[in-house]
Amino acid sequence: MTWLVIALVFWLGAWAFNAWLANSRWGGQRGARIAVPIIFGITLLVLWEGLVRGLGVSPVILPAPSIVAQTFAASTDLLWEDFRQTVLKGALTGFAIGSAAAIVTAILIDRSAFLTRGLLPVGNFVAALPIVGIAPILVSWFGFDWQSKAAVVVVMVFFPILVNTVQGLRETDAMQRDLMRTYAAGYMQTLLKLRLPAAMPFVFNGLKIATTLALIGAIVAEYFGSPTRGMGFRISTGVGSLSIDLVWAEIFVAAIAGTAFYGIVVWIERAVTFWHPSQRR
Amino acid sequence: MRNALPVLTVLIAILAIWYVAVAPMNIRVALDQAQRGGAVLQPETALERQEVSVWSLMLRNPAQITQTYAMERPRLPTPVQVATELWSTTGEMALNGRAMSKRSLIYHGWITLQSTLWGFALGTALGILGAVAIVYSRVVNMSLMPWAIISQTVPIVALAPMIIVVSSQLGIQDRSVPKAIISAYLCYFPVLVGMVKGLRSPAHAQLDLLKTYNASGFQAFLKLRLPASVPYLFTSLKVGIAAALVGTIVGELPTGAISGLGARILIGDQFGTPLAIWAALVAAAVLAGVLVTLLDLAQRITLRRMGMQS
Repeated sequence: MTWLVIALVFWLGAWAFNAWLANSRWGGQRGARIAVPIIFGITLLVLWEGLVRGLGVSPVILPAPSIVAQTFAASTDLLWEDFRQTVLKGALTGFAIGSAAAIVTAILIDRSAFLTRGLLPVGNFVAALPIVGIAPILVSWFGFDWQSKAAVVVVMVFFPILVNTVQGLRETDAMQRDLMRTYAAGYMQTLLKLRLPAAMPFVFNGLKIATTLALIGAIVAEYFGSPTRGMGFRISTGVGSLSIDLVWAEIFVAAIAGTAFYGIVVWIERAVTFWHPSQRR
Repeated sequence: MRNALPVLTVLIAILAIWYVAVAPMNIRVALDQAQRGGAVLQPETALERQEVSVWSLMLRNPAQITQTYAMERPRLPTPVQVATELWSTTGEMALNGRAMSKRSLIYHGWITLQSTLWGFALGTALGILGAVAIVYSRVVNMSLMPWAIISQTVPIVALAPMIIVVSSQLGIQDRSVPKAIISAYLCYFPVLVGMVKGLRSPAHAQLDLLKTYNASGFQAFLKLRLPASVPYLFTSLKVGIAAALVGTIVGELPTGAISGLGARILIGDQFGTPLAIWAALVAAAVLAGVLVTLLDLAQRITLRRMGMQS
């Protein structure tokens, strides 16, 4: 009971503090913008801990964050091995191959207006499909190791990036292209100096969508067969053997990996498209 | 309609590539089967064939190429095989009055559709409520928005088995509840972002005008912000429903579900019947297409009624 009361009091206190901070004169500043969500996140953790302890929830159903943290600290070697197998080998390789293939395909298609008009609707449609379902097929084609996971990721990230890049390449207006013509710029020069840079905000939009898809693809593919390592493998066997705390530690790693992956792409985007209005301060 | 011809060309090209790819994908298995049937092949044993590329296998055994297009368990089935399998598990069963049989994809599609729609309704409601809270409360905006973004970078599939374990431990026997939660998790975010944009889309001058009319905050919400957000809402609903379907199928994949399109894929994988997987995949694609098209239609009708579309 005391745990419940403590958690509830903490929740109310943190919320009141956040409300005061957000509406105070520091509300618009950088420090407050970072502090408020962090306090909110800590509140959620405290609530979770309090509820689990206060209501006596069995650790087989939902372990408290403190237990998950202990498991995390105790099995860093295992988690690192899974992280390397799933994220570094499966997801990142697939992401690199898939995005490179999509961007090159988009540039090739873009030379033909006919193909562009045909491929945009088809690509948009395919991007909305539940492509994860092909995971078992690709696992049976490419074997159990990370190659099949990378293949799933390639297929999943290809279409969102393709559609966004094709759209981005059409972004320059006639005036800008005419200017390049008056400079006597050839196709390659126009592409490299005008159209690709102009397409970058769109390309990065696609890349950002693809970061999440890449991790989803790599993990789902592991449910259909993997060597005895990898995050998806550990999660599915962990659920089976009721080592739920390890599963939550893996989920935590997946969350960190997903957020970091997304953050890195956003960081590169900021460096590449510094000229775009949405990036200016 | 201007795009009909290019789209058709692209589709035909995809089918053509698919057909050409069938032979090299299946030739090894086809040759193994032919050998068991007593045929004399070019590299004679299966071990020797492992060393040879598929292309030279096809050149040296041209008689077996037709085999690759009519296999019972192909690595890559032909489009016609997939279409036949799809028809025999949907249309044909419906004609025989067994549309809701456990082997019919209509039944499994219906199970998936139910969870998708529940998840879609839940996710949309959460997204709209969250957006209203974010637009009207500074604290909610500052504390919730970053976490909403982070929640989407967390791969949901990692969480999916846990959601199912927790809900079954809580005594929820119905399998569709955890699936709906997973699809709501994937679908609330596009709705939230779209609605925040939409609710903030009225210009200051318009809000000021309502103030001069002495309109209350609630009236301003009902008469200005909400109508202004409708185009944004529909655009994000279309993204949301596709995400909800992905969520349901992801929820069915890793969990040993026995009904639903994702479960068909899983079962097809376990029993080595690739045609069943392909048919379920195509059925899922059709379902996604129908749902998005319906929402697109609803969007057009609503916007025309509201006078927002020329």
